[in-house]
Amino acid sequence: MRLEDFLLMRHELLLTLIAVIVLCAEIFTKEDNKLFIRPLTLVLFLAVTLIGFIPGPTGTLFGGMYKSSELQILMKNVLNIGVFIVFMQSARWLKHEDNHNKIAEFYILMLSTLIGMNFMISSGDFLMFYLGLELATIPVAALAAFDRYSNKSSEAGIKLLLSSALSSGILLYGISMLYGTIGSIYFDQVSVAYAGSPIQVLAFIFFFTGMAFKISIVPFHLWTADVYEGSPVNVTSYLSVISKGAAAFIFTIMLYTVFGSIKPLWQDVLWITSALTMTIGNLFAIRQKNMKRFLAFSSISQAGFILLGIMGGNDIGMTSVVYYALVYIFSNLGAFGVVAAISNATNGKENMDDYDGLYGTNPALSLTLMLAMFSLAGIPPVAGFFGKFFLFTAAAKEGFYWLLTIAVLNTIISLYYYLLVVKAMFINKNDEPIAHFSSDAYTKMGLAMCVFGMVIVGFASPIWEYILSLSYGVL
Amino acid sequence: MDFLTLFIVVPILTIVGIVFARNHNQVRWIAAAGSSVSMVLAAVVILRYLAERQAGNLSEFLFVADYIWYPSFNIRYTIGVDGISVAMLGLTAIVVFTGIFASWEVEYRQKEFFISLILLAGGVFGFFITTDLFTMFLFYELAVIPMYILIGIWGSGPKEYSAMKLTLMLMGGSALLVVGLLGLYFNSSPDGGLLTYNILEIAKVHIPVETQKFFFPFLFIGFGILGAMFPLHTWSPDGHSSAPTAVSMLHAGVLMKLGGYGCFRVAMFLLPEAAHELGWIFLVLTTISVVYGAFGAIMQKDLKYINAYSSVSHCGLVLFALLMMNKTAMNGAIMQMLSHGIMTALFFALIGMIYGRTHTRNIMEMGGLMRVIPFLGVAYVIGGLASLGLPGFSGFVAEMLVFVGSWQHTDTFHRVATIIACSSIVITAVYILRVVGQLIFGPVREPWYHELEDAKWFEKLSVGTLIVGIAAIGLAPLWLSDMISVSLGPIVERLDMVTLIP
Repeated sequence: MRLEDFLLMRHELLLTLIAVIVLCAEIFTKEDNKLFIRPLTLVLFLAVTLIGFIPGPTGTLFGGMYKSSELQILMKNVLNIGVFIVFMQSARWLKHEDNHNKIAEFYILMLSTLIGMNFMISSGDFLMFYLGLELATIPVAALAAFDRYSNKSSEAGIKLLLSSALSSGILLYGISMLYGTIGSIYFDQVSVAYAGSPIQVLAFIFFFTGMAFKISIVPFHLWTADVYEGSPVNVTSYLSVISKGAAAFIFTIMLYTVFGSIKPLWQDVLWITSALTMTIGNLFAIRQKNMKRFLAFSSISQAGFILLGIMGGNDIGMTSVVYYALVYIFSNLGAFGVVAAISNATNGKENMDDYDGLYGTNPALSLTLMLAMFSLAGIPPVAGFFGKFFLFTAAAKEGFYWLLTIAVLNTIISLYYYLLVVKAMFINKNDEPIAHFSSDAYTKMGLAMCVFGMVIVGFASPIWEYILSLSYGVL
Repeated sequence: MDFLTLFIVVPILTIVGIVFARNHNQVRWIAAAGSSVSMVLAAVVILRYLAERQAGNLSEFLFVADYIWYPSFNIRYTIGVDGISVAMLGLTAIVVFTGIFASWEVEYRQKEFFISLILLAGGVFGFFITTDLFTMFLFYELAVIPMYILIGIWGSGPKEYSAMKLTLMLMGGSALLVVGLLGLYFNSSPDGGLLTYNILEIAKVHIPVETQKFFFPFLFIGFGILGAMFPLHTWSPDGHSSAPTAVSMLHAGVLMKLGGYGCFRVAMFLLPEAAHELGWIFLVLTTISVVYGAFGAIMQKDLKYINAYSSVSHCGLVLFALLMMNKTAMNGAIMQMLSHGIMTALFFALIGMIYGRTHTRNIMEMGGLMRVIPFLGVAYVIGGLASLGLPGFSGFVAEMLVFVGSWQHTDTFHRVATIIACSSIVITAVYILRVVGQLIFGPVREPWYHELEDAKWFEKLSVGTLIVGIAAIGLAPLWLSDMISVSLGPIVERLDMVTLIP
């Protein structure tokens, strides 16, 4: 391997390096100084995130198994930003008694799944794709069960593991069918040879199922609410944003490149699943009082909107997916950040009724959560408005106006439950609201980054233009 | 910086000023100062506009500025005004100014109240100065969402319910608008060239009639919900009644006019064939609104509900006149927008002041207010007479134009609709005079009424400004009507053109 080859895999290699450093730090320190691992990891990860933005070479490796293009590098950078914010927000939680001795494990597991996602995004054949997918899934199951003293956490871990195993199995079955009919697992060769014969269509359906599970599309969403509720808040935020975002990215790329020849077919499939996902996600979210379940169902509904963008099949479609993922990272992590801060400070209060009257005691947190809710609902001037509007534009470009009508009506339904949170904080009266508390610097910075992102991204048109310049539609 | 952007900059600066204000008094004076500056700006714009037209400038929009924002979508920040926008800016400025003074004594979370109010005002100003559909839509949604906070926190009665219903229905309207706007965007270039969101550019394109008929309902219903078109007007009575005074003033006075404005500027101007072919459906609905709103007002005992239903009726008249699609009627529609805007602001301000004194809004429980609070009593009578359409006030001018214009249609359908809508004048008279008789005249209902304090200086300022407004338009409407008429030219021309094509 030459130097250029190392540079091609710089994201993955740097992340592996950090994981090794954290592991060493864990091994060579005593029980009581574990806390310094937090700032160590944060600084290293920040460095890696920033280095990721430095332009570098692109190309393929390992005979085409690993592909790196500017678009894929951008996707990895977006994920890095998200994970950095998750790390910031989890700093406080890791200080807890129970988690004292597991700090390094948390970071290593997170980094492992991130590496897996990076490989998945950069895959050039189905084997690399599957390796990445598995590497991304298994550590997350361990993370979901991180809270050893909680039944729900263990339940979440098992549910995630079993459902992932099943869906990965189905996915693999589909891949094997493709290999059986085409004789190659390289994306380039499959996309050329893909003929749309019945068994190949079946293969596509199985592939779709596997990915649909990861993105929590209806009817493959049943694991989501329980896993999100049982996992620790920070793991939930990671699952709902990063994991979903990465899956959406690779899904888009594969639909546009590998399965491009059956575009009408997957547009139909996406039409139905998108409408179902948005609607059912919304209808269930209305009834939720537990903030984690609430955000879980809301994120199912958001996935439906992302499908709307993918359905476009054009360059606006791909751009809107990446752009929306960025906006979604800031909005959802902002919401989860506030929920986490409150949960940590009040010993586990996660119910919407506990949030009544929050504005009186914790105005900054309330305003942050309000901005996040508006962004998720798609209200201007926060970034969520622009993200949603561009997703709609992608669908409208292909003429899917009736689906668009369903989508915008779903936006209104979602507005209802997002406003319920705003109502609780600002309008409802409470004799014993959550007392004023001050968060530590990490949490504050994490939330500040989210707010900054939500406010600025919409108005900063160069971000969109840059992503558009790298995107492509179905060829 | 170009002149029109100041309309957005001034509210932003006012909000910043309020955030940094240190005490109760500073907050409201900063808000008052900001709104006064907006009033001055509006006056300057009107004068400069008239001067430009005098000088012979014939372009459709004046004071135009254009900045590219999203090059790949051709989304631009394009601003410009014509006679109608200028008039609407004036209306907004007056209502915001008087609204701030009507809320002089708000105490609870005062900063947040004024910030939300000014944000609302900024959104509305922005809507009227832009001519790019995306930016217009952004300001439109921006103007709706502070309503939820304002009604939910500072409202009265079933405020949470009203706030949620209002917000969801209005955002429902804007949801439909998204579909319509995207439809316009993707049809804005016939030969596959550059797509655009600019209103004037899209107006030059002939969109196929079938496509027009698909998108016209989305746009008209979307804007119509805001204009309280039957049967989607149900957010209005609860919304207005639960809202605090200034919010009702702004909402009924200005926001509902955004609906009418959007209807003709976007839906009818850009999709003229569909407007002709599908207009009759909406004409039926708006005629029902006019009469239904008036009848609804008769049934009510709560002052605010009476006024809310009255607003449904008057705003229905606006849409009714717009759908007549000739110059006189449309001129009447715009005049009605202005006239009713100021009138309803006056009413809501007065109701707020009366409520603050008698602590009830039920007309059966009040009486004889003329003797104890004469200033407010006289103001209420003037407002009532203007609402009836008494000559000398703006209501007469507007309704005259509307009905003369709509009668110009000679076919039975339009004539019947006109007659039905005209009957609303009588019904309006019933509920207005009944309220005035019961509330203002007659014996003093409660002995402690004699202790009531008449209008304070800020209340006098608020109410006085609005009365001057109604009277000015009523007594000297020609300059206004001419200004509007000239700007209606292109729109009416476009609507007429399509009927000439066989």
